[in-house]
Formats: sequence, C-alpha cells, structure tokens
Amino acid sequence: MATAARKAPAKSKSEGKSGLSAPKPAEFTKDEELAAYRHMLLIRRFEEKAGQLYGMGFIGGFCHLYIGQEAVVTGMKMALIDGDQMITAYRDHGHMLAMELSPRGVMAELTGRRGGLSRGKGGSMHMFSKEKHFYGGHGIVGAQVSLGTGLAFANRYRDNNNVSLTYFGDGAANQGQVYESFNMASLWKLPVIYIIENNRYAMGTSVSRSSAETNFSHRGASFKIPGIQVDGMDVRAVKSAGDQATEWCRGGNGPIILEMQTYRYRGHSMSDPAKYRSKEEVQKMRSEHDPIEQVKARLTEKKWATEDELKAIDKEVRDIVADAAEFAQNDAEPDPSELWTDIVL
Amino acid sequence: MPIEILMPALSPTMEEGNLSKWLKNEGDKVVAGDVIAEIETDKATMEVEAVDEGTLAKIVVPAGTEGVKVNAVIAVLAVEGEDTDKAGEAIGEEPAKAETAAPAPAAAKSEAAAPVAAAPKSEIAADPDVPAGTEMVSTTVREALRDAMAEEMRRDGDVFVMGEEVAEYQGAYKITQGLLQEFGPRRVVDTPITEHGFAGVGVGAAMAGLKPIVEFMTFNFAMQAIDQIINSAAKTLYMSGGQMGAPIVFRGPNGAAARVAAQHSQCYAAWYSHIPGLKVVMPYTAADAKGLLKAAIRDPNPVIFLENEILYGQSFDVPKLDDFVLPIGKARIHKHGKDVTIVSFGIGMTYAVKAETELRGMGIDAEIIDLRTIRPLDFDTIIASVKKTNRLVVVEEGFPQSSVGDHIASQVSQRAFDFLDAPVITIAGKDVPMPYAANLEKLALPNVGEVIEAVKAVTYR
Repeated sequence: MATAARKAPAKSKSEGKSGLSAPKPAEFTKDEELAAYRHMLLIRRFEEKAGQLYGMGFIGGFCHLYIGQEAVVTGMKMALIDGDQMITAYRDHGHMLAMELSPRGVMAELTGRRGGLSRGKGGSMHMFSKEKHFYGGHGIVGAQVSLGTGLAFANRYRDNNNVSLTYFGDGAANQGQVYESFNMASLWKLPVIYIIENNRYAMGTSVSRSSAETNFSHRGASFKIPGIQVDGMDVRAVKSAGDQATEWCRGGNGPIILEMQTYRYRGHSMSDPAKYRSKEEVQKMRSEHDPIEQVKARLTEKKWATEDELKAIDKEVRDIVADAAEFAQNDAEPDPSELWTDIVL
Repeated sequence: MPIEILMPALSPTMEEGNLSKWLKNEGDKVVAGDVIAEIETDKATMEVEAVDEGTLAKIVVPAGTEGVKVNAVIAVLAVEGEDTDKAGEAIGEEPAKAETAAPAPAAAKSEAAAPVAAAPKSEIAADPDVPAGTEMVSTTVREALRDAMAEEMRRDGDVFVMGEEVAEYQGAYKITQGLLQEFGPRRVVDTPITEHGFAGVGVGAAMAGLKPIVEFMTFNFAMQAIDQIINSAAKTLYMSGGQMGAPIVFRGPNGAAARVAAQHSQCYAAWYSHIPGLKVVMPYTAADAKGLLKAAIRDPNPVIFLENEILYGQSFDVPKLDDFVLPIGKARIHKHGKDVTIVSFGIGMTYAVKAETELRGMGIDAEIIDLRTIRPLDFDTIIASVKKTNRLVVVEEGFPQSSVGDHIASQVSQRAFDFLDAPVITIAGKDVPMPYAANLEKLALPNVGEVIEAVKAVTYR
C-alpha cells in the first residue's frame, strides 16, 4: 500500500516534545467509505472535465488540476466542524468542491461566465465563499499562508473554537512569509493547521532539488510547531490526522503541521508536459496508490457496495459534472458593466 | 450518442499540433483517465486522456498526422450499449472537420460592438458642518491620530491595532501611546519584525471580518509587505465578485524624515495611488488626520494612510466633537484665492503654505488645495479651481516620474485645457535617491523658492 513504499516518518524533536506521531488510519464506517468515494470521485471527474474544456478552449489562462490528490481535501473536510475555514493556493478546484461550493459555480468561473462564483472575474485561481468559509483561491505562492494565519488570528480574537485549514505545497514551503507566519502562529497559539501538500514537485523542480529539509513535517521545528507525516493517498489516514490536528488546535495548543504525502497525476498546469518525471513513476502511483481505487477496493472487499451500486454513484457524479460543464459552456459572459463593479465598496 | 474526442489545446495560444501516436486501437475499451494518444507541438509532447468511458469506435485522425487543428474530431467513442460500428460511421465520415469550433463567445465581436464604458462616478459627501461655537483644541498630529484610533476602538470591538512596538513600547513614534493601557494586549498587538507576515495576517483577519489597523514603523518597511497589500488586500473584492473584501488600514510615517538617507526616505503616495481597490489618504493637518483616520477605520476597503514623521509634532486646531469623521475622497480648500491654484498634500503642504504667504506680499492671491486623499482623487475641486484661476502648480515630495502631480497635470490638460493660461508646473523631489549629507538632502527635496518661481512662471511675473 501507499505507506509501505515510503519511508516511515522519522520521529522529530518537535514530535518528541508534543508527543505527536502519525495516528493509525481511521476505521471508516460504510457510510464514511461511500461518502469519501463519492466526494473524491466528484473531484476526479470534475477535474477531468475541466481538463477537457481547457483543451477545447473554453477555459483560458492557467488551470491547475488536482487529480491524484483528492484524498487530502476529502479526508480533512471530514474532520471539520461548522465555521472552520479553508484557504489554499491556485490548485484549488478540489478544495472548493470539498467545501461544498457549487460545481456549476466553479465550472462557470473556469469558463469566465456570469454564473461563476466570482461572476467571471476571478478565474481558476481566485474563488471565494464567505458562506462556506472558503477564503480562496490565491495565485501568489505562499501568500495564503499568512492569510490563513490571519483567519486563525480572527478565531482566537473571537474565541470561537474554529480552526483555519491553511494549505500550501512543497514549493510554497520555501517562501519566507511561511516562516514569519509559523513564528506568529506559535507565539500567539493560533488555531491553524498548516497542511503541506507534498506532491513531490514544485512545478518542475523535485523536492530534493529545491528543499534542504525534505521532511516537511519538520519545518516547524524552529517555532516549536509539531508536525506529522501523513499518507495523503489514503483518505482514512488523512481523516485521522485531521481529527488529531483539529483536536490539538481546539485544545488551545497552537498550530500544527500535517505533511500530506501525495502525488499529482497531471502536469503542474495544463500546459506542462511533465518531462521532469518518468511515465513509469506516474503509472506506478496511479496503479498502486490511487486514493479512489483504494476506497473502491475496500467497498468491494467488504461487500459494502455492489458493482451496480458503485456504477450508480459514478453516474450520479458524472451527471453533476456534465450539468456543470453544460452550464459553464452556455452561461453568458459577464455584462460589460461588471468591469467596474466590486473594485471598492 | 457517441462521443467525439477532439484535438486538445495545450495552451490558449495553440492552434494546431501533430497527432504522433495512438495508444489505443479501434475496439479497445477505455475508462476515464486512460491515456489514449500522444500529441505534440514544437514546444511539448502531451498525452491525451479519455474523459469518458466506452469503446474506441473509430480513429478519425491517424497517427503521424501533422497540423491537426485544435478541436478537430480525432476519434469517436461509443458509450455502453452502443454499436461501435454505427458510432464510428455516425461521425467518422468527415475526417476533415478541421475548423475550430470557436467555443468561447466571440470576444472580437463584443469588443467592436461595445466600446469600454467609462467608470461610473460616485458622489462623495462634503465635510460635515462644524457647529458655530464648537471649541477648537490645539492638538498635535500625533495626538489626533491616537485619539482617532482610541475613539474607534471604543466604538467597535472588531477594531484592533497591530505592528512593531505598538503596545509595550507605546509606538516607535508614540502614535499608539496609552492604547495598550486602555485596550489590553488582545487588541493592541506587538508583532515580531516581520512585515510581510503580519501584513498578511492582518489581511486574513480582515477577510474574516475583523477591522485591523496595521502600523508600519515606516512605509519603507511596507515594501516587504507590498504583495499582501496589493495582491491580497486590494484585489480580493474584485476577484471574489464582491463576496469578500478586506476592511483594513495600513498606516505609518511615509516620505522623507530627516537625515535617514535613501532606504528610509521616500514617498509612496504615487505608488499606492496606482492600484484599483485601494484608497490612499495623506493628511496634513491634525483635524484631517483625526477625521480621516476615523473614516479609514470605518471604511470597508483597504486604506493606505500615509503619515509624516516631521508633521507628527506640529499642532493644529481640532474641533472638539464627539464623533468628527471626514469624507475620504474630498479635497479641502486650505485657502481661497483667485490668481493661481496650488495643489498639494501631506508634508508638501508646508511648502505651499509658506510660499503663499510670500506670494501675498508680491500681490499674488493663490488658492491652496489640500488633496488629503490621493485615491480616489477629487478632480472636481481641482478643475473648479483651475477654471477660476487658469493656472496650476502641484507640489509634492515624491519622485518626479509618474508622480501624483503628473497625473493631475495630465487630467487637467484633458478636462480643462481651454481654461489654462499657462502650462501646469509640477514640483517634486529630485530624481535621485535621498542623500545623507545635510546640504544634499536639502537639495533633493522641494523648497519654497521653487514653488514661488513656479507660481511666478505660470502667472507670467
């Protein structure tokens, strides 16, 4: 399985201090397995459709697909309570779907139409929903880490028991403001979970070529922030790490780092031919560690779902995505007057 | 319905490519995510993945075909239950269907049809009336700023101040004096020396609905944080389609102080005024400092509030009112006159005011406009004055290229050209980094003599 092939997380000093280590993958109930399957499949199918629409010219600019990493947002979402916030960078479609933003709204934003979540003015990298506590969607690598720390600051200021889920990649983990934020978050005991989605490549540069310390769970050591390495391809492992981290934050212990060891199947963006890694590497991840196939295998093995039942979920998901794509292709462009709205209040 | 598989684009600029290889054959079953073909352009080779599940009924464009147009049908997929032969025939007869399907709405057409509409104009209220008999209290700019923050923090529990040395040290320039004692460390937050980080934390807190006042020890250090100010604070409202903005004030001393040399001496008024989504305020008097800082804290947008170290200790009359709030975006006529208009703001006003006294001795009656707000800029007040005096001089301390004065000169020449009796003269700091030596520093800044010479030039004296 996914974890077996990887190096077991070394016990770091910070882990020693906090007594934290990677928890065992959660035992999912049938309902949880089915929900995880459905949510991950929605992201997978949505992203495949987005890739297709990009290829057809409906989606412009940059388009970063989340295919392969679905277990990370899906497992973390299962650990949240109402009011917990999420913020991430530009590979954000999966996060939005996990936070239950409307697939139509997301897809129509990708095509730049008036029914898009940002009324066509944000695009793939910039979508938000105050109602669903999703704070973007940010195009500047690392900027969301300070912002997510600010969300946690607001939680602490209001003493509301909520936690900020601040996602960033292995690439962003080398930005300076990340460490400025770590320092303040630890100093002020802010309830923030720093989720480092380590998909092994910062665009085309592998972690070993960009990072002096490739164990990202150790990146908080100078700030007394504990960290855990998590098998980010196993939604159950993500969920149990999420439970542990949210409990840690809600307990007033300050921030925590979860390094999600994951993998993106597609290029960095649509226009990336991914020459920096071998086809065999990608194929191995897909065939041996796919997060959706793992759930599917368990569901079948435990006889929690028949082939027909799984097909029915597939069809339901496919219909949602088809409807979103249909809407996104046919919705009107923003009215020209929208050029001048939402600049200042 | 059989599904057409189209030639994908690798980027929005790609028009055609080569279909180098098929990895599936006719009759093969495919599922979503399967790599079915490889395409290449002069820049890259990419795999084509199936998006749907079915049987590859017909390959329309054979491997090795060059110059395949984007969106041309390259294969046909029969979905479950369909006859693959029929599915292939249904579409497969027109292999040359190469014209691009033009999926995006015709942008060129709409461009031609609809010229870009002008920005809508919003009305800004005039200053509130100060009732006759209101007591005027001589107050330093420093005290006025502190009073504004204290009043707003009493009024709204979501307002807090953060920055370096704002709490226990009582402010590097003593602007936050006494706030920690009154409001406690939860709302008066000392930060580490980490501008980029705490600016972002402030913006994040603002996006979550708090109303932070972020103090920069000086605006020179805000360059470490300028990405968060511009990319996060200023643009989020627009990028979110109006769902989420950042009600935040970034404040601190701006511009040249005294003898602190190049890295600590520059005016950011023009820089920030460039950015849609920001408001930029730069007061001169203590009354404006107080009334406008209160307005900035209440404003739902990010506001850059540019103060000046040299002005902090200067005293002005401030009306003693319970809630003295001034409108952002409205210039103030500092002194009425008829012969020439002098526009300035912030510390630039000190040159204008001194020059005006001397000009009066020469028989020149100058009108002085204090902009107070740099963005949105109150052109109505400037144009009305120019229509009366027919002459304009702008004074500021910032660098000359792309200065606030340049922008005003450009707008006045477009909106009131026929009313000008002389070219607009802009006075700015010299186009050099600020030197340290006392004599050179003096030369680098504008001076009263330059203002007088400019006024004499535009009035042909």
